[in-house]
Amino acid sequence: MKVRIKFAKYGVMRYIGHLDIMRYFQKCMRKADVDIAYSSGFSPHQIMSFASPLGVGVISNGEYFDIELKSGSAKSVMDSLNSVMVNGMEILSVKKLPDGVKNAMASIAAARYTVMMKEGCEPENTDDSKVDDFLNREHINIIKQTKKNEIEFDLKPHIYEFSFDKNAYRMLIDASSSGNIKPLSVIEEYARFCGTHITPSNYQIIREEFYTYDDDHKLVPLEALGEDF
Amino acid sequence: MSDKLALSDDILMNIEKPARYIGNEINCVIKNKDEIDIRFAMCFPDVYEIGMSHIGIQILYDMLNKYEDVWCERVYSPWIDLDKIMRERNIRLFALESQDPVKEFDFLGLTLQYEMCYTNILQVLDLSGIPLLSKDRTEDDPIVIGGGPCSYNPEPIADFFDIFYIGEGETKYRELLDLYKEHKKNNTSRYDFLVKAAKLGGMYVPCLYETDYNDDGTIKEFRALRDDIPLKIYKEIVTDLENEDYPVKPVVPFIRCTQDRAVVEIQRGCIRGCRFCQAGQLYRPVRERNVDDLKKKAMQILANTGHEEVSLSSLSSSDFSKIEELTDFLIEECSRKYINISLPSLRIDNYSLDTFGKVQDVHKSSLTFAPEAGSQRMRNVINKGLTEEDIIGGASMAFERGWSKVKLYFMLGLPGETEEDIKEIGVLCDKIARAYFDLVPKEKRIGGPVQITASTSFFIPKPFTAFQWASMNTKDDFLNKAYITRTSILSQLNQKRIKYNWHEADVSVLEGVFARGDRRLAPAIHEAYNRGCIYDAWGEYYKNDVWMQVFEDLGIDIEFYTTRERDLDEIFPWDFISCGVDKEWLKKEWLKSKEGIVTENCKKKCSGCGAFRYKTGICMEHVKKEA
Ligand code: SF4
Repeated sequence: MKVRIKFAKYGVMRYIGHLDIMRYFQKCMRKADVDIAYSSGFSPHQIMSFASPLGVGVISNGEYFDIELKSGSAKSVMDSLNSVMVNGMEILSVKKLPDGVKNAMASIAAARYTVMMKEGCEPENTDDSKVDDFLNREHINIIKQTKKNEIEFDLKPHIYEFSFDKNAYRMLIDASSSGNIKPLSVIEEYARFCGTHITPSNYQIIREEFYTYDDDHKLVPLEALGEDF
Repeated sequence: MSDKLALSDDILMNIEKPARYIGNEINCVIKNKDEIDIRFAMCFPDVYEIGMSHIGIQILYDMLNKYEDVWCERVYSPWIDLDKIMRERNIRLFALESQDPVKEFDFLGLTLQYEMCYTNILQVLDLSGIPLLSKDRTEDDPIVIGGGPCSYNPEPIADFFDIFYIGEGETKYRELLDLYKEHKKNNTSRYDFLVKAAKLGGMYVPCLYETDYNDDGTIKEFRALRDDIPLKIYKEIVTDLENEDYPVKPVVPFIRCTQDRAVVEIQRGCIRGCRFCQAGQLYRPVRERNVDDLKKKAMQILANTGHEEVSLSSLSSSDFSKIEELTDFLIEECSRKYINISLPSLRIDNYSLDTFGKVQDVHKSSLTFAPEAGSQRMRNVINKGLTEEDIIGGASMAFERGWSKVKLYFMLGLPGETEEDIKEIGVLCDKIARAYFDLVPKEKRIGGPVQITASTSFFIPKPFTAFQWASMNTKDDFLNKAYITRTSILSQLNQKRIKYNWHEADVSVLEGVFARGDRRLAPAIHEAYNRGCIYDAWGEYYKNDVWMQVFEDLGIDIEFYTTRERDLDEIFPWDFISCGVDKEWLKKEWLKSKEGIVTENCKKKCSGCGAFRYKTGICMEHVKKEA
């Protein structure tokens, strides 16, 4: 059966890169004795696919990967995995996916982020009065640097929610493969709109959740498509 | 554990592989520091990925942390990028687990695996804020203790250490730690503690000894400065390895390391007396672990780590008496769990080829031979019991089973080596290629035609070997010999199928200086460090011109240490240490090598090397047989 696993990554673990996190989970599957399926061939590997890489330094409360499980219950998989997690890694849910559900990566439509000042950094843009004006513009054009040249890009259709208070930005933005945007692009542009600028490395990004569209074309968390087992 | 980190987010986000510095790995040990008496920082003075791959550290880490009153943590050399930042911003080196400064610890243990790490020792001390010279340290500094193969000739780095632990760590640490606790309780002086430590056995405390030299630079006398400490220090070894503990919960790194697998140590020592090999002498006599215990431990390690590969560690796995039983067991168990097995140092024969065939893709993997010398004459000189028939026969068997890649390892600069001996390297490679083309018809050459890779390293005479008296080649000799090797390969019929790699010569010369060096080298190491040398083992950071300048400025004659053939009766800087093997026996081996006379291995016949004094392992087999 296809199983979707949601996990959090925080604390010192934010410095571990995506490839190492994949290797970490492969080891945890064996250490926790999870009955995961292997591919066939001369060097079989665990059938496991991640929704999206998480950049080094980013914290997340909503990462996902799918595995092919041969036996076990949601509770047993979750408990045994949590019993082998290191500090800063936590399994949040284990759900079985009904047939026909697209894999985690292909399902992603949007992501929710919180972005705030890192500890010890001076607050930069403190103007939270212009959020409505910012969002009410017809276009929110930014200049995107591509390999060859600079192009104008409209953020507006990709921002689904955006708020700013107490030095924390919260947003729900496009994370689909065709139109994903970066949370820092949004706050940089907001700062520009307020007549100031920000230093990206001063911000801690927290990915809160990934969303997909359900049958009614409503955005729901990636785990909502699965069921208990 | 809290989220405490010694390095700020700003630093961690701007250096390579921050995972090297955050700890928190699977199976790392966290203790409450208020509940322990002794804090031990265990350091491998090289970058994390190298240091984490070393099983000796894992063994000591496990052992020390099993003591309730001790917390052992790990320390590695910060990589070049972080090293620079730490110096600029005055950040103290820290241990991974607690992220606390090393300076606050009771002990700093450094494992000395190769000579080219010597400047990294100074880096670690310096960044920790510990005075580089033992004599400048106070009660506020950790006790700096060295161990590992280079501690068998500790003299070039003697000034930097308070103690060298000679031999295997399992035997004496508890006594040393108890002594330390007593010293803390009674508030005695550092000097008092060191004197007591020197009497424990296996402990060399350099500040309690002195060396006098002759006019020609050789040693006149090595003296103890007190009469209550031993003049000869015997190595410590585990005499009951069968029942000795082994870590079943090793720390599992997040980032890829050199050794990214579960490692099971099956035996210590080696029965073969290859005359160039230091490890083969240092760890005598050969002692095996219990096979049933090994099976159990291997499975426990895999379960506790989640590793996807298991490997056996020993100097020569094929000589382990239960090797077939153990590998058969592992293959059976591991294939069910999709775990790979890697089997280095297995001799090529019917059994090993069958086994390899089960665990690897024969078309992709390569066979490895270490003839070490091209000609049979030379292999007799070095006592390497591998004949041309063994190699061609083994390779042929493998070709028939589908292998087509062969790797061969040789040394250049061996004592008494002639141009003819070197040219034989090319000839041997060609013979292997011919065997392939004779045996394997065109339609069966699946992995592509045969590929032979010959690699040469430069021979460096090491203490406690039969060649400790030998003259080492100069850099020009080495390069010339590499050239002869290359030409001999290029002149072969199948030269297109043979690839040749050779080693850097500069760094071999420096290694040769330190390997048989004495106390007069410490100022040079210190000076080279001051002039910016660290990570000498890393080709891209090795500054040969700086080193050469330092030797010149300090009036140190490199050739005195390298090319000079030693007099049979010369007192060596390491003579006050015993690894169990007698100098007289080594002398006989040296003379036999000149005649090309071989010595049988310990399994066939005891040649009376002296290691019998430990009354264990293979030596006792002979006693049993006779009885
Ligand atoms: S005493 Fe004999 S058996 Fe023991 S290690 Fe030496 S040569 Fe080998």
